[in-house]
Amino acid sequence: MEQIPQIPKEKFKLVHDENNAEQEKISTPSLTYMQDVRRRLFKNKVAVVCLTLLSIIVLISIFAPVIAPHDPNAQQVTLSNLPPKLGNLNIPGMNGYQNMGGKMVDAYKQAGAPKGTSFILGTDYLGRDLLSRIIYGTRLSLVVAVLATLVDLLIGVPYGIVSGWKGGKTDTFMQRIVEIVSSIPNLIVVILMMIVLKPGLTSIVIAIAITGWVTMARLVRAQTFQLKEQEYILAARTLGEPSMKIATKHLIPNLSSTIIIQTMFTIPNAIFFEAFLSFIGIGIPAPNASLGTLLSDGQKAFRFLPYQMWAPAIILSIIMIATNLLGDGLRDAFDPQSSDH
Amino acid sequence: MADEREVIVSVKNLKQYFNIGKPNEVKAVDDVSFDIYKGETFGLVGESGSGKSTTGRSIIRLYNPTDGHIFFNGQDISKIKAHGPKMKEFRREMQMIFQDPYASLNPRMKVKDIIAEGLDVHGLVKNDQERDARVRELLDMVNLNPEHMTRYPYEFSGGQRQRIGIARALAVDPQFIIADEPISALDVSIQAQVVNLMQDIQKKQGLTYLFIAHDLSMVKYISDRIAVMYRGKIVELADSNEIYNNPLHAYTQSLLSAIPVPDPEIEKRRTRIDFDHKSPFKDDQRLQEVLPGHFLYCSNEEAATYKK
Amino acid sequence: MDKILEVKDLHVDFDTYNGTVHAIRGVSFHLNAGETLAIVGESGSGKSITVRSILQLLASNATISKGEILYHGDDLLQKSEKEMNNIRGNKISMIFQDPMTSLDPTMTIGKQVAEPLLIHNNVSKKDAMKRAEEVLRLVGIPNPAARMKDYPHQFSGGQRQRIVIAIAIVDYPEILIADEPTTALDVTVQAEIIDLLRELQQKIGTAIIFITHDLGVVAGIADRVAVMYAGRFVEYGSVEDIFYNPQHPYTWGLLDSMPTLDTNEDARLNSIPGTPPNLLDPPKGDAFAPRNAYAMQIDEEQQPPFFKVSKNHFAATWLLHPDAPKVTPPAAILNRFKKFEQLGGNAK
Repeated sequence: MEQIPQIPKEKFKLVHDENNAEQEKISTPSLTYMQDVRRRLFKNKVAVVCLTLLSIIVLISIFAPVIAPHDPNAQQVTLSNLPPKLGNLNIPGMNGYQNMGGKMVDAYKQAGAPKGTSFILGTDYLGRDLLSRIIYGTRLSLVVAVLATLVDLLIGVPYGIVSGWKGGKTDTFMQRIVEIVSSIPNLIVVILMMIVLKPGLTSIVIAIAITGWVTMARLVRAQTFQLKEQEYILAARTLGEPSMKIATKHLIPNLSSTIIIQTMFTIPNAIFFEAFLSFIGIGIPAPNASLGTLLSDGQKAFRFLPYQMWAPAIILSIIMIATNLLGDGLRDAFDPQSSDH
Repeated sequence: MADEREVIVSVKNLKQYFNIGKPNEVKAVDDVSFDIYKGETFGLVGESGSGKSTTGRSIIRLYNPTDGHIFFNGQDISKIKAHGPKMKEFRREMQMIFQDPYASLNPRMKVKDIIAEGLDVHGLVKNDQERDARVRELLDMVNLNPEHMTRYPYEFSGGQRQRIGIARALAVDPQFIIADEPISALDVSIQAQVVNLMQDIQKKQGLTYLFIAHDLSMVKYISDRIAVMYRGKIVELADSNEIYNNPLHAYTQSLLSAIPVPDPEIEKRRTRIDFDHKSPFKDDQRLQEVLPGHFLYCSNEEAATYKK
Repeated sequence: MDKILEVKDLHVDFDTYNGTVHAIRGVSFHLNAGETLAIVGESGSGKSITVRSILQLLASNATISKGEILYHGDDLLQKSEKEMNNIRGNKISMIFQDPMTSLDPTMTIGKQVAEPLLIHNNVSKKDAMKRAEEVLRLVGIPNPAARMKDYPHQFSGGQRQRIVIAIAIVDYPEILIADEPTTALDVTVQAEIIDLLRELQQKIGTAIIFITHDLGVVAGIADRVAVMYAGRFVEYGSVEDIFYNPQHPYTWGLLDSMPTLDTNEDARLNSIPGTPPNLLDPPKGDAFAPRNAYAMQIDEEQQPPFFKVSKNHFAATWLLHPDAPKVTPPAAILNRFKKFEQLGGNAK
């Protein structure tokens, strides 16, 4: 700089204050870790859409008895296989008309349904309202998901923490058990279960309970191994904090991201597992509906009455995709590296 | 002169091995003995893998020593049970400051809960008001704004975090603090802040420090006596000026010759002394006093040449 | 001297969840052929980002919002990714801090050293391997012919950094960028690596940009030094200028806060209080002002320009303005001024 700028003389006064408190002041607003995670999650549009969809689905399932227009198991044989009809609105595909021998006919009139009868998603081969069955079916799928999550949290998490924290021989022994359990395909467990129990929710849940927690236990163990070498854990030990307290105060809060993310992947797996069992006929017994039995029923008439399979298939897909994408979104939100540099 | 002073920590033939009996057995600390006097700062230097951090962690019983004894105020603490009442008492007397200011504070806890952890464990405060007041006092002691006690660690800079770690250690009123590379992760301008703070607190509270580091110039500045560790053994131990002015062991000489000095003229003239890492120890060597207060890992014949 | 690289008014921004971080706020410097330029600064000062922008190795959320990077007069910022790949590892190469992660653990070191040759030059595999062996000998790997077939984990940390250097210089680059190459190493190994870099520079004439936070290392290796703070250079000059005639209070603080082996134990260390500013919202005036014991009112209002101290020595502090009051630097700095005069300089 050749030219020296002209500055008023009084500006060259030394102004330094020895005890300047400002230096240590933190100006950014105080955010807790979870607030920060939430903020990052809500910036991810895909995750927000998924979260909204899932919330709606969960709410509908919880309030199924209020929301479902019909009794899901009430048969009206005369009104079987009716196509979707939404009130008296004449929307193509939702107006109760059906292709019969090349002609579009009003299936409701043909079946002699009372005037004003309408089934939004149509009826199945026994005349049961498909919408109500889907709502109840989703509810059952979510019950399976909740139970699977509980198993993950109540067995997988403590198992992983103990194994990782204790290390050494305890860890080796506990990992051998994990390996044995994970080597049994859960389909076999279900089939064996059916010898003892009747097919149904109980045997599905037991099958999940026996095998489902293994992945969670492994992940939590690996993470615990890393965490226990962290200096804040060492600091807690040098302060004399008992192991149980270290687990609840230090380990679990810092494992929470792993746990939540893994749960988001457990849920679709459990739902799919139930649907798969029901589809091949060893899941939920008739007349109860689950997404799997609905798919199985719908598949039989798919050529002629495709709506019977489309509706449950779409719901199942939405739940699966939304939980997976939400899981991804949560992983990004929890990962501090995706935050600022 | 050394004999008149009160010994606070005495390490006798400490051995800390890992993976014992396996092919990957590591003798991290191999037969180490030294005394630390009350009120002094004892520096432990060495390069990575020398066993200096392991020594610190064994003394504070994060590890169970393989062999040897550790006396703290005359009491052998090397064998006390991990969760017994004696251990709890010991945990109040000896504390640790850690290396990494980012990993040493639980990111999910508020600063006040981090600092109060020791108060809670040992029941040192009766109620929340007393707890908050004590936390404020501690924050003030480490020159942090007490208003920030409800904030989370990530909002603080490295140097501030390190001071929070110091406050946590001070909360239980320890007599002895092990500082495990407390400044090596900090920026130069911040290192001096932390070192000054540690010295101020030492003066005020009459603390004794074991200062572990690889930066010899900072260790020399802060320590009264220095032990140089190499491959699990102490090779030399003396007053810090003595180590610097009269290094006897070839490894110490090599280490001193390698320290960069912020002065280009000195750097231009610097000659590095190489150390032969192939067979550093011989069977007839042991740590012995060769000059008053100056210990060297050497054989008896070698020692005799210095004693003249 | 030949200017081979010139950076003009570089600005780099990072998009984060909290807003835009202005990491580099107008950095200009040049590099002469065959010299060593050290950039010193604390973490977050932007020294790494500055050199990474030269090779365009920035994170995906970074943008170079302004500036030019001229390599022999060509603006590197205008080059395509393909053209940049021809420059990286060939004309300008880089070594990083951590020798553990800079090497591919599944590849023999011979192949890794030969790789840049096979990518950039039309040489046969045999010739490349021969050259790799030569370079490994040059960086001081004993018995290179036999060790070429070994994998990275079979080497010690110091040797691994030597191999990393071998990869970087195998093509005899014109510029070698070393980003804290000795920070992860022990002092004795650090001294060896610095000696090696100096020796290599003499043998192959590479210019080096050396990034570090350690002033001791700088004193040993640099011809010229730039001190960086909060995304800007605050002072630059020859190594003697910076160490014996420093003008910026931040440089004073850095030089003063480090004890040397000669520091008296009874004296208190002079620390720089406070912490660096948040570059989400950079201060209007001199970024160092809040921590500066010599701050003036003008420092808080207006960024100081570079004042010329001597021919190649510039410092951005209002203290050099003719109207500024005369201040007395810390005692340790006055000692350095004395040394400057002994060396024949004219200290202020």
